[in-house]
Amino acid sequence: MAGNHDRGLALYRTMRRIRVFEEVALEAYRNGEFPGFLHSSIGQEAIPSGVCANLRADDRLTSTHRGHGHGLAKGAAVDPMMAELYGRASGACGGKGGSMHIADFSVGMLGANGIVSGGLPIAVGAAQGLKLIGSDAVVACFFGDGATNRGPFLEALNWAALYGLRVLFVCEDNTFSAFTYTAGTTAGAGPLARARSCGIDGVSIDGNDVAVVDEAARTLVDQVRATGQPAFLHARTYRWFGHTATDMAAYRRPGELEAAKARDPLIVQAQRLASEGVDPATIAAIDADVDAEMARARDRARAAPFPAVEAALADVQDAGAPTWL
Amino acid sequence: MALMSFAEASARAMAEEMRRDPTVWVLGEDVRHGGVFGQYKGLMAEFGGTRVVDTPIAEATIMGAGLGAALVGTRPVIEMRIADFVLPAMDELVNQIAKARYMFGGQARAALVVRMPHGLLKGSAAQHSQTIENWFVNVPGLVVLTPATATDLAAAIAFAIRADDPVLIFDPKSHWKTVEDVPDAVAPLVPGKAVLRRAGMAATVVTWSQALPAVLAGVEASGIAADVIDLVSLWPWDRAAVAASVRKTGRLMVVQEGGIDGGFGNDVIAATLEDIGPAALKAVRRLGAPRIPVPFSPPLEAAITLTPERVRDALRQLCA
Repeated sequence: MAGNHDRGLALYRTMRRIRVFEEVALEAYRNGEFPGFLHSSIGQEAIPSGVCANLRADDRLTSTHRGHGHGLAKGAAVDPMMAELYGRASGACGGKGGSMHIADFSVGMLGANGIVSGGLPIAVGAAQGLKLIGSDAVVACFFGDGATNRGPFLEALNWAALYGLRVLFVCEDNTFSAFTYTAGTTAGAGPLARARSCGIDGVSIDGNDVAVVDEAARTLVDQVRATGQPAFLHARTYRWFGHTATDMAAYRRPGELEAAKARDPLIVQAQRLASEGVDPATIAAIDADVDAEMARARDRARAAPFPAVEAALADVQDAGAPTWL
Repeated sequence: MALMSFAEASARAMAEEMRRDPTVWVLGEDVRHGGVFGQYKGLMAEFGGTRVVDTPIAEATIMGAGLGAALVGTRPVIEMRIADFVLPAMDELVNQIAKARYMFGGQARAALVVRMPHGLLKGSAAQHSQTIENWFVNVPGLVVLTPATATDLAAAIAFAIRADDPVLIFDPKSHWKTVEDVPDAVAPLVPGKAVLRRAGMAATVVTWSQALPAVLAGVEASGIAADVIDLVSLWPWDRAAVAASVRKTGRLMVVQEGGIDGGFGNDVIAATLEDIGPAALKAVRRLGAPRIPVPFSPPLEAAITLTPERVRDALRQLCA
């Protein structure tokens, strides 16, 4: 076994944690263990894993409705995240947000978002606030390909370039806008071309290879921090599941999913590590460890109490706080 | 005490807050030039372009960036130019700002101010004249302030900037140049505390924001001794003050510049009925705009403008 594989293994572990978290959540959802909407990021794990490996603890990120991986990769504790999906008092948001509003401000994860492109204006504002208080922290702004057709995408790109803000725009291009192929609803030459029209440069990469994402993110995060100017990372990937856990994706073209699975980011990375001489038992040990971690989180979430009904009225506002009628 | 316009009172209050707290900043279109009404005059010279930030005409991101900046610990004052322009930013205000604290389980505070000059302003027509403050009373998480005097506007600014809640200030747009005596030191407003502008035993007139001058003149002209209650804030609002007054007078009139249908006046009447019981109420009346967009043509606009005469006549009918 030649060289140091710590980073490659750490990237693999992060991806594995996202994968198994999502698998456990999907199974629980399908068992009827909690209601609502669940948007799985299975197949897309390399992007948050590779990007967040290059962020500092005080860097921030904004997320999407498909946000579990962003939280885990930024370092959010898994038990509160799982408990949030179950709507429990011990959840990251006390059970009041659920999957679509999962957040952990203690690690700079400024929230998932139920509105497509909702995070973009928030991200540029966070970067502007950080600049005002003299911080060189970077804001990683995750969004999907679907978000590039909404107005706030253009507004936020213009804003970040105009004011010189430390934002890394990360477009997780998973091919779909809800139930529709994004290509079928999108004119022009793609997300990176739109960014370049606002004077923001970047790269378009294979988002299923975590080493490629890690390398690109390292360059761009360093550049953003050093120059104080935004950059753009367009990472191409593929959404394995439907838009939500109940969407069977009948619209999917034949053969496409199989092709995507042949490029499973976990397998890509595991094969790289093996080819570099990492003992397969090391990978298997990570898998077993992560499986146990996520099963434990699920069991704790199942056993955790729901919030007291009084919590429904808490944390609305100080002035004019609500009361039961 | 000094004579100053609403715009001058605003600029003074803003400067005082920005001197007190270096994390306070203002963003919006043309604020470097003092804002479209002069309400930020002098701030650029004193605080510079990093704290007085001219923005693109990008309402969604003006609003959303304000939230992002609040989430990392600054206190932005978001200027919307006029209230009508909040409509392209409703996702950021209603879905994001108002709910951030709640849906994240108290991890986040959207400590920010949104200023929205609102109401009729001579021929501004359907998209520059709206009075829609009542919409926001329906949005949990938001504080809704509707000051009617220069002093209360300054007090609203001081309160709103120091508050940890997202606070909306609906500036009375037709009064920017009106001059009043303003105390040298203005204490932060207490939200939900109404001000009794005139006292009387025969009727209770409840109003807020731009309607106040016409109400005071109309009550004077009516010769009827009425309590005039200026709510100052619509959420929270001073339900107890209204109930106490109507218990005494038995007659309630609500005067609002905006439309009656779905308006906040309906809440005032319904809550008062609950509080004092229908038997204690001899007469009720609502005065406000019909359910039409604001027309441009001067005589048409005049037909929906609150005047002292309309208030006088309505009050006389209430007490007939």
